[in-house]
Order: sequence, then C-alpha cells, then structure tokens
Amino acid sequence: MSKIRLKNLRHSYLPNPQSDEDWALKHMSVDWSDGGAYALLGPSGCGKTTLLNIISGLLTPTEGEVWFGDEEVSSQPADQRNIAQVFQFPVVYDTMTVYDNLAFPLRNRGFDEPAIDKKVREIANMLDLGETLMTRASGLTADGKQKISLGRGLVRSDVNVIMFDEPLTVIDPHLKWVLRSKLKELHQQIGTTMIYVTHDQTEALTFADQVVVMQQGEVVQIGSPVELFERPRHTFVGHFIGSPGMNVLACDVDQGRPVYDGIALDVTSKVRVDDPSARLEVGIRPEFVSFADQGIPVTVEKVSDAGRVSIVETRNGDDVIKLLVPDGDPVPADGAFLKFDPDHTRVYADDWVVSRGSNE
Amino acid sequence: MTLALKNVIKRVGADTHIHATNVELAANQFNILLGTTLAGKTTLMQLMAGLQTPTSGEVWFNGKNVTGVPVQKRNVSFVHQQFINYPHFSVFDNIASPLRVAGASRKDIEQRVGAVAELLRLTPMLGRRPGELSGGQQQRTALARALVKDSDLVLLDEPLANLDYKLREELRDELPRLFHDRGCTVVYATTEPTEALLLGGYSATMHEGRVTQFGNTADIYRRPFDLPTAKVFSDPPINVAEVRLTDGKFIFNDQISWPSTGRGLADGLYRMAVRPHFVTLDPGARKHVKLEGRVLVAELSGSESTVHFDLGGLAWVSQSQGIHAIEVGKMTDFFLDTDQCLYFGENDQLMAA
Repeated sequence: MSKIRLKNLRHSYLPNPQSDEDWALKHMSVDWSDGGAYALLGPSGCGKTTLLNIISGLLTPTEGEVWFGDEEVSSQPADQRNIAQVFQFPVVYDTMTVYDNLAFPLRNRGFDEPAIDKKVREIANMLDLGETLMTRASGLTADGKQKISLGRGLVRSDVNVIMFDEPLTVIDPHLKWVLRSKLKELHQQIGTTMIYVTHDQTEALTFADQVVVMQQGEVVQIGSPVELFERPRHTFVGHFIGSPGMNVLACDVDQGRPVYDGIALDVTSKVRVDDPSARLEVGIRPEFVSFADQGIPVTVEKVSDAGRVSIVETRNGDDVIKLLVPDGDPVPADGAFLKFDPDHTRVYADDWVVSRGSNE
Repeated sequence: MTLALKNVIKRVGADTHIHATNVELAANQFNILLGTTLAGKTTLMQLMAGLQTPTSGEVWFNGKNVTGVPVQKRNVSFVHQQFINYPHFSVFDNIASPLRVAGASRKDIEQRVGAVAELLRLTPMLGRRPGELSGGQQQRTALARALVKDSDLVLLDEPLANLDYKLREELRDELPRLFHDRGCTVVYATTEPTEALLLGGYSATMHEGRVTQFGNTADIYRRPFDLPTAKVFSDPPINVAEVRLTDGKFIFNDQISWPSTGRGLADGLYRMAVRPHFVTLDPGARKHVKLEGRVLVAELSGSESTVHFDLGGLAWVSQSQGIHAIEVGKMTDFFLDTDQCLYFGENDQLMAA
C-alpha cells in the first residue's frame, strides 16, 4: 500500500491537441493519501473514467506522472500496478461457484489454499455471501453477481488501491443502502485506499472522506462532504451537490455586501472583489433559505412533497429561488418574503467563490 | 379516458408473475408503479399495453374490453429504461416515425415534430443522429416520439434510470409539466420512493407480483395499508421492531415504553415501523423516547447525518439534519418520535398511526 500522486497530468485522445476542448483532462495534480476513502464525482463526460484509467494503467497520460509511493509507474502496464478494480456491471465466471470466483485473484497470485480459504470466507461473510459459497454464480441475481465482483475486488489485502467504477448502478435502491454502508464498513476494517467513481452525489458523499469533484476535465474542488456542502468553491459544486442544488442569482457587491435585486444581503464577513469586470453571483442553498416577514419578495410557484421536506419553488421576477420546508410547516400562499442565512450566503465572481463564512 | 385491470392474472408455466390485480388508473394523471426490481412492474405495464395477454381477467380501456387486442391496434406509447432510437435516422425522423407509420401529411408531421421538439428542448438537435447526443438528449428523443403520437396511454418504464443524477432531477421536474393537459393517462414505473413522491399523482405500490395499495401518492406514503407497502415506500429502509401493548403502554425491548393514548388498540403484540428521519440524534421538540444503540456506520452527506446502529440485534437507521460527530462502535443515544410510529397487527395490516 502506498500514497498515490498524480503530477501535472494532462490527457488528450487526439494526436495533436490544440484548443482547450481537445483535452479530456486539463492540467491537474492530485495526491491520494494511503488508506483514504475517496470519491471521484462528476457528470458523464467530465473525465473521471479517463482519470481512473490513468491510475489503473489502462491509459498512458499524454503528459505528467503517476507515482505509487516512491515509484513512478506512469508507463507501467495495468497488470504490474497491483490494483483491484470493480466495474459497473458484474464480471464473474458464471460456471464457477461463488467460492471459486472469490478465490480466483488469490489463486492467480499463488497463495496457499488454507490462506485462500480463510480470506474467502472472511470476505464472503462481510458481504453476506456465506450461504451461497458453493452455488454456481450463474444462478444468482444481478445484485448477487455484483456482490461477487465487489468481493473479488476486496479479497486481496496487498493491493495499492481498490477502484470502483459506478459499482452500484445495477443495484436496487433498497440494497444500495446496505451495500454502500457495507463498503464503508469494509474500508474501516481493511484500510486500503479506495477510489469510488460515481455521478451520484449521495453515493459519493456517503462513501467518501474526501470527494474530488470534476467538471469538463478539471478538478473544481477536493473536500469533505461537509466542506462541499457548506463551502462550495465553485458554482458547479453548488449546483451538482445537493438536491435541489444551490440557488445562484446575479448580484452586485456594494461596500462589502452582496446586493440582490436592490436588497443588500447580510454576510458574516466583508466580500472583496478584485476584478471589477467579473460576473458576480450570490449562491445560497435551499436548505439555508426560509420564509420571513420581510426580505426578498416572492410568489410561491410550486410545492413538491418529498416526504421529509417540501421543496418549494418561488419566483422573484425572472429568478426561481428554491427552499426546503420541513414536513408539516406552513407555506405562505402569496405575498411571501425570503431570507438567506448570512453564514451560508456566498458570493461568486466568474463562478469562483470570493466570500467566506464566519469560521474560515 | 382510463384503463382498468379486472382480476388480471399472469402465469408463466408454474410461476405466477402477477397475482389477481384490480386497478382503475386515474385518468389524465401520473400513475406511478413503485416497487423493487422483479416486483412485477414491467409485466404489469406490458399487460396494460397489450404486449402481453393476461392468463385470466380483463383489460378495459375507455369503457371497452381490450383484452387480447394487440399493441399495434391500441393508441399506446412505451418508453423504456434503455433509450431506444433508430441510430441511422436523424432526431427529426426518429420523432416523426410514429406519424409516418400512421400516414400523417408532411405538413402535419413538420408542425407536430417541431412543437414537440420545442417542448423537449431538442430543436437544435433535430438534424443530428442519436449517437451524437448525450444520454439525456437521447432519452428526450425517445420521450418526444411517445409524445408526438398523442397516445391515450403512455407507459414509461424507469425512463430516468440510466441518466446522470442531475439530469434525472431536471427531467423529473419537467415530466409532469410535459404531460399536463395532454389528455393522456401516464403510467410511470420506478424503484425510487423519492421519485414517486416528487412526481406526485397516484401510485400503486408493488410487491412480489401484487399491487399492495393504490391511491394518492402522498397518502400512501403517510398511511400505508400494510407493512410491505411501508417497506416499498421507504428509502432508506423503514425501521421495524416488535412492541407489546399492555396497560395503555407500548413496551419495546422490555425496558422502553410510551403511552398508546388515543389509538384504540387492544392489548397484544404489534409490529411498529418508523421512518429513519423520526429516529434522530437530537430530541427536538417532539414527543420522544430514548434508544441506546451501538453505531455500525455513519454517513455524513453534507446536510444530514445517517447513522446505522445496532439495537437489540436489529439494524436500525437514523437520519438527522445537520452534521453530528459520530464514533463508530460507540453506544449512542437516539430519539424516537413516538407520534410518528405506525403499528401493524396480524397479517401486517395497519392498525394505527
């Protein structure tokens, strides 16, 4: 096991990349500490699979270096990098039993049978596969098979990193909870570095200690789930994380305060904008907006019952502002006003944050 | 205009895929089929569409018995989880295909495809082929084809399942608006309780080939008739435990008790079910009892804390607003909101809420 460092990576699938769009991965350097639980989060086409394939060795980067501990592995093929990978769809040997499927990676590496037996049973128990060990894999459901794939990824304790590429896509929501908490539990027990690639924010935020958010070939923020939620550095992070995402509204800044639609908003520390031509926006999550006796005048357009909370869509002129109201709390009919929580009101200049909260 | 299933049963060999089902869909509304994979949602939709014939029972549409009438002879659209488009046709021709089959005039086709493309924000893509589109645009093309036909019945089988999270959010928002005022009945299958709630309308919860309940979506969520329905309609999973009622008190785990006031229940054993967000890390202002559990896993999603804990050998889930410091393996206090428990009696029927 070792720390993984990506230094000045760039990658293009084209022979002669010229413009910015030609790069699937723009310039990036990321360190993954040994034993961390990471998620790589972003929409389709953001470059997360490219990045994963560079780490695993399926792809050689156009520029930059990949280091595992003290060794540069940039040009080392995948099979020499000592990593385990779990894919979106189950990859199992249908004719083998569950036991033999799990034992396969260990037998390949020449472990002796008693050691294999111990490890296979341990992993099978963790994944609740203990009772089906002697069953043929072909008889299992899609989730059963994906559990085997997960098990095969987890069975070797000598790997540098275990990588999961959207591993829960084929799994039912009910079982997703179970497997996700299982993976998290396994990470706590095994302590191997894990990188979990997904477009699903819930999976990323619940699995990882550190989430790497990517957009258009760039890392826009690396942070804990709490940091990403409370202090999005970029409007994309605000939008992509959270459901619904952050409200982003055009604003001005006057005497260190954001001014939205002629109303000066409270913030906990003064906002400084260095570039006078920058496009300014105020960002506030629906969780931190509430109805008030005065403030921003809005009309209520739509109330969606999400069970635990209602998602309320309001309108001020051309802007839609969403807020969350706890189940059972009243929603005013019309002539309503909104207030923003000052500690979570952020200002963005050309999409990057320029304001800070009180504890930063 | 509406569709009714009367005592519909579907058997394949010795297996019963759909048990006797009686449902009358809400006309011109969203009708959601909510259930896990293999609950029978797709089979039921195929029976509704005429892609499968029931082993027994009848399918009525618009006051007419259409059992056995094949899908081609019904005015039905079906959108699947995998985006199905003609790869060699342009987006325009993909959307126009059902109109061409129906022999519509060129002018009519242009006008209707144009209108639907505008609605689904596909106008700039009309000249492209499906392969050049994003997943969301491909699925919107498939939806456009279903819309352009002016079908009486539109069946959407997990149409958003293969899309990115954010795209799903966006299309889920748009869908009810798209079908509003079109005079068609929509059936929408999903595995996700939150999706069902946000789409609103009416829902049929499905479990092992049976419709367990049909009615207003939010009503089913708040008052499920039985325990399987409560389980189907809860994500994360609903907590279930056995409680005993004696002397006006519910007793749980021999030591925790709370009054049963006003519920009119007879003494005896009940199964109590409570959603994770009513089992919280802080007591709040509501009526509660304290539970002590050992933390198994803690998930902090940014805005809330989800904690899996062990309580008397059962795995429970708690969901609290905000970020809480949780230590795995430690005995921790959780607060159960006793006003929000559902009580199920024999046969898992709801007795009190």
